[in-house]
Amino acid sequence: MSGQPRCVQVLNGALAEIFETRDDVILLGEDLLDPYGGAFKVSEGLSDRWPERVLTTPISEASLFGVAAGMALRGRRPILEIMFGDFIALGFDQIVNGISKFREMFDDQVAVPLVVRTPMGGRRGYGPTHSQSLEKLLMGVPGIVVVATSECHDLRALLVSAVDDDRPVFLIENKLMYGRPNRRPVGGYLDELRVVETETRYPALTFSGSDFEGGAATIVTYGGMLPIVLEAATELILEHEVFCEVVALSQLLPLDLEPVVESVARTGACVTAEEGGLTGGVGAEIAARVQERSWGDLRRPVQRVAAHDGVIPAARELENQALPGVRDVIDAVAAVAGVRI
Amino acid sequence: MTLLERQYEQMLTIRRFEETLLRLFSEGKLTGTTHTYIGQEADAVGVIAHLDPERDVVFSNHRCHGHYIAFTGDLFGLLSEVMGRSTGTCGGKGGSQHLHRGNFYSNGVQGSIVPVSTGIALAEKEKGTGAVTTVFVGDGTLGQGALYECLNMASLWSLPLLVVVENNHYAQTTPRHLAVAGDIRARGAAFGIETDELDSTDVEEIHSAAQRAVDHVRTTGRPFFLVLHTYRFSPHSKGDDFRDPEEIAQRRAHDPLLVAGARLDGDVRARIDEAVERLIAETVEAAEAAPVAGA
Ligand SMILES: Cc1ncc(C[n+]2csc(CCOP(=O)(O)OP(=O)(O)O)c2C)c(N)n1
Ligand SMILES: [Mg+2]
Repeated sequence: MSGQPRCVQVLNGALAEIFETRDDVILLGEDLLDPYGGAFKVSEGLSDRWPERVLTTPISEASLFGVAAGMALRGRRPILEIMFGDFIALGFDQIVNGISKFREMFDDQVAVPLVVRTPMGGRRGYGPTHSQSLEKLLMGVPGIVVVATSECHDLRALLVSAVDDDRPVFLIENKLMYGRPNRRPVGGYLDELRVVETETRYPALTFSGSDFEGGAATIVTYGGMLPIVLEAATELILEHEVFCEVVALSQLLPLDLEPVVESVARTGACVTAEEGGLTGGVGAEIAARVQERSWGDLRRPVQRVAAHDGVIPAARELENQALPGVRDVIDAVAAVAGVRI
Repeated sequence: MTLLERQYEQMLTIRRFEETLLRLFSEGKLTGTTHTYIGQEADAVGVIAHLDPERDVVFSNHRCHGHYIAFTGDLFGLLSEVMGRSTGTCGGKGGSQHLHRGNFYSNGVQGSIVPVSTGIALAEKEKGTGAVTTVFVGDGTLGQGALYECLNMASLWSLPLLVVVENNHYAQTTPRHLAVAGDIRARGAAFGIETDELDSTDVEEIHSAAQRAVDHVRTTGRPFFLVLHTYRFSPHSKGDDFRDPEEIAQRRAHDPLLVAGARLDGDVRARIDEAVERLIAETVEAAEAAPVAGA
């Protein structure tokens, strides 16, 4: 496992590969130039090799989303790096009234093939405005694609697919993920868990500790919550002999429901787990749809695990209390599965 | 046709088109909204004459009909779009403020078009097309911060972007002095961008100033900030005019159609007038006969 490259290296390599294979791609964002190479080093080494294709910008997020849109309208494939996911808030006019709408409101005469890459997530003590998971705000914006990366997904493939996509794609990265190994399943297994991967453009991974012979619950998650959910699932097996399936989505919007519905048909219960705030979250949308589609399979109502609705404090213990952890996932599984833990 | 005759014909076409929209609204044949360009026609005609629709790009705002007509000449696509017909330039999805055809775009959120235009200019520069991207904004839109982010980037990155500020002295009902502090032209100059300013309804004067502006962008590849002081004679939208009628009457004495028309031979002018009336009538008839979108 330690032989696997770190996620940041995989993303960096994918960017280099994209530059090598396409000449219509430009990377823009703040502080991208070498030797710094971006706040999380994803673009390291790129501006030295391709000085004309890495554009370091002023601090102008409100406009940068529109700049990328304009480039995309004219046949380029811009990749916009937003230094912290929190700052997508500055771009919402462009996202809601431009990027997401141009194609349909101009009657399919245009496409907006841009990629926004940005890290979400906390657990680094950055405090209230640099730790959020705001992808839930994008869920209500039809016309864009929201893709969450995780340390178990093929990060190279996700990034290449996003750049090849003719639609605007928001690629949600994660601050803790960058430094971790890109833990890909080998031979259909990740450690002791069996893993199946959908053959979709933005795949979902389903993990099972019982060879997909059913289980106590399906835990639907994505992004930075995946390692926490896998830890919870492993603890449930080892310490309580409770077997769950874990569905790790990458395509959040349009919501990739099929793997969830299939898993719930086997387990009869569903928990959603995300690092973003509870109210109006990704889990709320998943829960609503699972209850519409899988009502007959469900033994109990869907439970959501999420951050508390409030700021994410900087101090470590306070931050831990605000964000969902292994214990929250285990408790939610116990609740939907009707077991005492 | 001489240049002036063509300019007059284009301005009159825009004028009659917009008057027709207001009439159709009052007859209940149009729904939604519209922002007419009545009084400002010389700006669109004077500037857009220097642009090549095959190569250059125009991004306009809510008050976009004049720019659209001057750039594309597509009256039927515009009227049927505003009338909600499937033959509209966006199939009826965009309506009055959201137009696209060829290299023309518009969007109805104040200021948000400037970043997109900046990106377009950047793309065209990268592709080496030689295109000039022109974005039209009103005086009220000078309140939007994104505009200044873009002046900064356009200057930093030497983008072939022409920003035309049409100062008609009002933003909806808000007079300029309640919304715009300081000097307008200085806003462009502050970013190291070449600027010019003109207070005129004379299409020939505007044509010359715009020529210098477009030439500058084309030859240097750098942005240009052109301020055109103007006035709209009609309401902001429909029936929402709170300005002093005396002020409007004084401005109407400098109607761009009067200024240009007075320089034309009487017979020539009458022939143009007649041809434009006919064209508009035919367009209305065709659009009314076109299929309703979604029906
Ligand atoms: C962001 C935003 N705020 C408010 C409006 C509503 N609105 C439409 S036009 C307008 C006035 C615009 O004034 P100006 O920029 O001077 O252009 P003009 O209408 O005079 O051509 C306003 C406030 C809008 N479309 N977009
Ligand atoms: Mg105005």
